[in-house]
Amino acid sequence: MYTKTVFLKDTGADTEERTRQVYSVFIDLIRNHNLQDQVQVVRVADIGIYNQGIVIEILPDNVLYANVKEEDFSRIIDTTIKESKVIEDLLYKKPSKQLRIVLRNCGRINPESIEDYIAKGGYLALKKVLLEMTPDAVIEEMKKSGLRGRGGAGYPTWLKWKFTRQVTAEQKYVICNADEGDPGAYMDRSVLEGDPHSVVEGLIIAAYTIGASRGYFYIRAEYPLAVERIRLAISQAYEYGLLGKSILGTDFDFDIEIRLGAGAFVCGEETALIASIEGKRGTPRPRPPYPSVKGLWDKPTAINNVETLANVPYIILEGADNFAKIGTATSKGTKVFALTGKVKNSGLVEVPMGITLREIVYDIGGGTISGKPIKAVQTGGPSGGVVPEEYLDTPVDYENLQKLGSIMGSGGMIVMDEDDCMVDIARFYLGFCVDESCGKCAPCRIGGFQMLKVLERIASGKGKSADISLLKRIAFAMQKASLCGLGQTAANPVLSTLRYFENEYKEHIDERYCRAAKCVELLNYTIIQEKCKRCTVCVNQCPVKAIAGSRETGFSINVDTCIKCGRCFEVCKFKAIARK
Amino acid sequence: MERHTLLTDEVKQLVERWKDKEGNLIMILHEIQNHHGYVPRQVALDVSALLDIPLARIYEVLTFYNYFKLSAPGKHRISVCMGTACYLKGAPELIKEIKNILHIEEGQTTKDGNFQLNVVRCLGCCGLAPVMMIDDKVYGKVRKQDIMDILSSYVKE
Repeated sequence: MYTKTVFLKDTGADTEERTRQVYSVFIDLIRNHNLQDQVQVVRVADIGIYNQGIVIEILPDNVLYANVKEEDFSRIIDTTIKESKVIEDLLYKKPSKQLRIVLRNCGRINPESIEDYIAKGGYLALKKVLLEMTPDAVIEEMKKSGLRGRGGAGYPTWLKWKFTRQVTAEQKYVICNADEGDPGAYMDRSVLEGDPHSVVEGLIIAAYTIGASRGYFYIRAEYPLAVERIRLAISQAYEYGLLGKSILGTDFDFDIEIRLGAGAFVCGEETALIASIEGKRGTPRPRPPYPSVKGLWDKPTAINNVETLANVPYIILEGADNFAKIGTATSKGTKVFALTGKVKNSGLVEVPMGITLREIVYDIGGGTISGKPIKAVQTGGPSGGVVPEEYLDTPVDYENLQKLGSIMGSGGMIVMDEDDCMVDIARFYLGFCVDESCGKCAPCRIGGFQMLKVLERIASGKGKSADISLLKRIAFAMQKASLCGLGQTAANPVLSTLRYFENEYKEHIDERYCRAAKCVELLNYTIIQEKCKRCTVCVNQCPVKAIAGSRETGFSINVDTCIKCGRCFEVCKFKAIARK
Repeated sequence: MERHTLLTDEVKQLVERWKDKEGNLIMILHEIQNHHGYVPRQVALDVSALLDIPLARIYEVLTFYNYFKLSAPGKHRISVCMGTACYLKGAPELIKEIKNILHIEEGQTTKDGNFQLNVVRCLGCCGLAPVMMIDDKVYGKVRKQDIMDILSSYVKE
């Protein structure tokens, strides 16, 4: 029987390799002290602290040490593990602003073991729901909790369940939407891989509530490990009588199957996802009728996102009131963000709603890698928008982000600094949506393509002054007339960059100037004669022989021949090539 | 019959296993692709016959989803992530470098069939951006100058 658990991670290193080395040193010491039967040592993939050297957490003492050196290990074993005393000078000072609900078990339990999950209170919520609560009571509890869909739109979960429950039908379905396609977001993957049972449990509770006897996991085929873990979790749940006939001795029957996505972003949209499960092309259809009335095989269907479902067991067990204490007036609980881009500590963060963007980006993220000021933070992926630096003090919730012209979305949060060009970003996102447009409705198919052409024109220095109003006009038509969420929101990145950074668009159009030096065709390379040592490295490297001159007279770049490949800029050791 | 040569018993069994399930087509195609690395036309024809679905319905689905491949993949599949985080952190540079080294464009296979280059949307490890994957191995925080070393480790067998 273990009396203590030690979590260990080298947060300063890029690779798992290093943590493994540290682990073996530590475990050897534990064995030397003959403590291996009392102390469990676990290597964790993410401990929620970054760039703090070796981090060690000891339970049940709940002591957290950071910047630990290998020579401190003996001290830790002698003092904290043997005598349960705290070593002050190793303590991790700054309390984390993170709050883990969805990721509560990730990295803490063996995701392939249902026993581990049960030991952490897993499936107790299901037991409570099945034995003590009516479906209406569950809906009431969800209503009190204020939980809203974490997939993007933020639709109240209780309302979705209520509508699906209200409809009388012989067969109903629940679906877990695990088709995480937003480039730059990977929280669903982490939950599926790190705590699959919490999602399975959430789905069973959803099924009981709405009266469904069959459910589906719709998972991206690009996440093979997530598929494997969910498959295992489902089969373990069957073995334990948590799925199948007469669950926990009640008359509730429920079966789950897995369906794989096949790389179509639009399949995150409810009706397209349903078409895909039915084995067809994933094209959306007009709503209403909503899936809660006519969904999978025309039967009432509730579709919930992974993160939403992972919240459900927590709410049932801890109580809706406790959950509703976290967050803002309209947005309750926590949200997991994938903090990436030019930020120092990138990774998944789970924070209470209402925290400011600045706290996330600076206090947790540690600011930019380059130390340069942040230009904007992008949220909501291809359906979202940018939030410029001056609005970083806005508390994060569904409404506030919308007011700023962005959305919560699935939780991608990408930090951009001065070296990122807003026209280029808009073009990147729109390019994604054009690629992923299913082609069914004209506003999205044609509108997106035409907008992309205009953006490409602007980025290549051939923009016209009327282009900005043209972009706005097409965007408006797409928002109003597109069939599904993909088309309606595809123009958001363009509109929001226009809203805050119209001057950058104007610079591209009027002055043929890209301040971030990203738009290749607008750049000009020149040699700064004062810095040039006439070493001729650039002359030899230039693929089109555009650099002419001699060691005596100096060199210059022929603008007409130059293809702006940037090779000279990269190879010059004296920073004598100017790029503007 | 010659056109049945590609249809192994395994594929036959797999169709049999899924035959009675609703919405089975995509799952069957997934398993075929896992087996062959792509969906060969002959197999698609056979599935059409076994399931009694028109071939057009199968190709409608195959061409809609990015995941399904209609031609044989290279020996080693290079997938470079072009998700937002990777894009910002220099994925376009990596792609340029790989193209320069291997002399292929996106989606193409090298003449010796050793490498195939694909650009993918998001591999879901944005914290390690920029990311590339060769077969099932993920390389994180890749720098342009690392590419040559990584690729050459796949050349000598």
